[in-house]
Amino acid sequence: MEILVSDLRLNYGAEQPGLAGVDLRLARGEQVAIIGPSGAGKTSLLRCLATALRASSGTLQLDTRDPWRLGREDLRVLRSRIGTIHQAPPLPPRQRVVTATLAGRLGVWPIWKSLLSLIAPQDIAGARAALQRLDLTDKLFERCDQVSGGQLQRVGIARVLYQAPALILADEPVSALDPALADHTLAVLCDDARQRGATLIASLHAVDLARARFSRIVGVRDGRIAFDKSAGEVSEGDLTALYASERVTPGSPPALTSALPRVSATGLPCC
Amino acid sequence: MRLMSLFFWALALGILAWSWKGADIRPMALIADSGNMASFAKDFFPPDFTDWRTYVAEMIVTVQVAIWGTVLAVICAIPFGLLCSSNIAPPWIHQPVRRLMDAARAINEMVFAMLFIVAVGLGPFAGVLALWVHTTGILAKLFSEAVESIDPRPVEGIRATGANLLEEIVYGVIPQVIPLWVSYALYRFESNVRSASVVGMVGAGGIGVILYEVIRSFEYAQTAAVMLIIVLVVSGIDLISARIRKVLI
Repeated sequence: MEILVSDLRLNYGAEQPGLAGVDLRLARGEQVAIIGPSGAGKTSLLRCLATALRASSGTLQLDTRDPWRLGREDLRVLRSRIGTIHQAPPLPPRQRVVTATLAGRLGVWPIWKSLLSLIAPQDIAGARAALQRLDLTDKLFERCDQVSGGQLQRVGIARVLYQAPALILADEPVSALDPALADHTLAVLCDDARQRGATLIASLHAVDLARARFSRIVGVRDGRIAFDKSAGEVSEGDLTALYASERVTPGSPPALTSALPRVSATGLPCC
Repeated sequence: MRLMSLFFWALALGILAWSWKGADIRPMALIADSGNMASFAKDFFPPDFTDWRTYVAEMIVTVQVAIWGTVLAVICAIPFGLLCSSNIAPPWIHQPVRRLMDAARAINEMVFAMLFIVAVGLGPFAGVLALWVHTTGILAKLFSEAVESIDPRPVEGIRATGANLLEEIVYGVIPQVIPLWVSYALYRFESNVRSASVVGMVGAGGIGVILYEVIRSFEYAQTAAVMLIIVLVVSGIDLISARIRKVLI
């Protein structure tokens, strides 16, 4: 999927803007790592790209179309082509791993198949194949609250592998994994995207991992793009400037999640 | 400050005195008629289990009424509960549905039973209908409270895959609320066994009909037997369902 973002702004109403004018362009099949300090706007940017959040101003084009001008059904189809991976995978604790993985294709399956899959998983082989690539085959029929945090994070990745989307948006996809496993898991994700020609954007805390696995690195700070360079060009000076902690505000800064507007399950704002 | 608290005490005492008159409270009657009371209590002993086969058969009918009243209510409370939830349905849907459920809850099952007896005639079916309507109102509220307290992220995660509203609900919402829903449904089943024995008294079938008959014919020994059976069965069901609920949560 092709991505074009220009002057994207997002206001949470607080003093600290979510995004303060982001420009970004990705060709189809490109792989980019986003790095930056906590609260820089990495998650906000990914959520905007995932059409989970609507930016206050600026333009967003996915495959040359503005998602917010699409009709309800077209938007749903677009979302089925976007796979999102979260730092804390949003999986219901009582759901089985196989069901959580198969949920990746809900946007493609007809409704009867989705409903039937709750009782009898409809594509066990497909789920097993996705989990196998992450060495999780033995957890197929476990419940999501019975696997470890790292395993749960990989179940979230397996869901996206099974979904096989044209755009993968990964927000700290390997934060709960040890370094070796993190590298392996990230490699699986990158290979998957490469083989299918899917675009991949991953935000990462581990700078080394980003430089090792991605050819293009985007630094984000204070809701802006600080630099956008190929991995070889990123200097130590860039990184020092990116992570410099000059913004020490008295008291703890508000958590990003609490500042997000509360949106209901139907997408309507809560009252 | 002191004057205020004095005033409120006076007001509280005033209300108690005022209600005393209306409620016709006569403590002396308990003492003056104690002889009567004693002989009345004596009439209950020993309980007369001669017709125990009828009692047990009717008690089973009562439990059957409770089962169907609860099952039908659970089936209806699932969609109504979701429609009552402010995080699922927009205000122009959840507000009217909530008021409808309030109405179903506000009116006692005895009243519904009397109305349904007129509609479908005397018998257990009227009891089933009465429990159904009243319990739907209660369960819809409890179910929607569970839905409103869910973690929104799994639902957003499901939506991000391009799922439609129904898929969001069955994959994102239901897995989170199912233990609470089952627990509420079981609790209502317990309460409905109690209620089913009462709605029988207005003619809606089951042990309540027998209870009403023996009381009206002054057969207190038999009344005692019927009451013992009700206590036994209700406590038994309470115990079993409490055990099941503990396993589920």
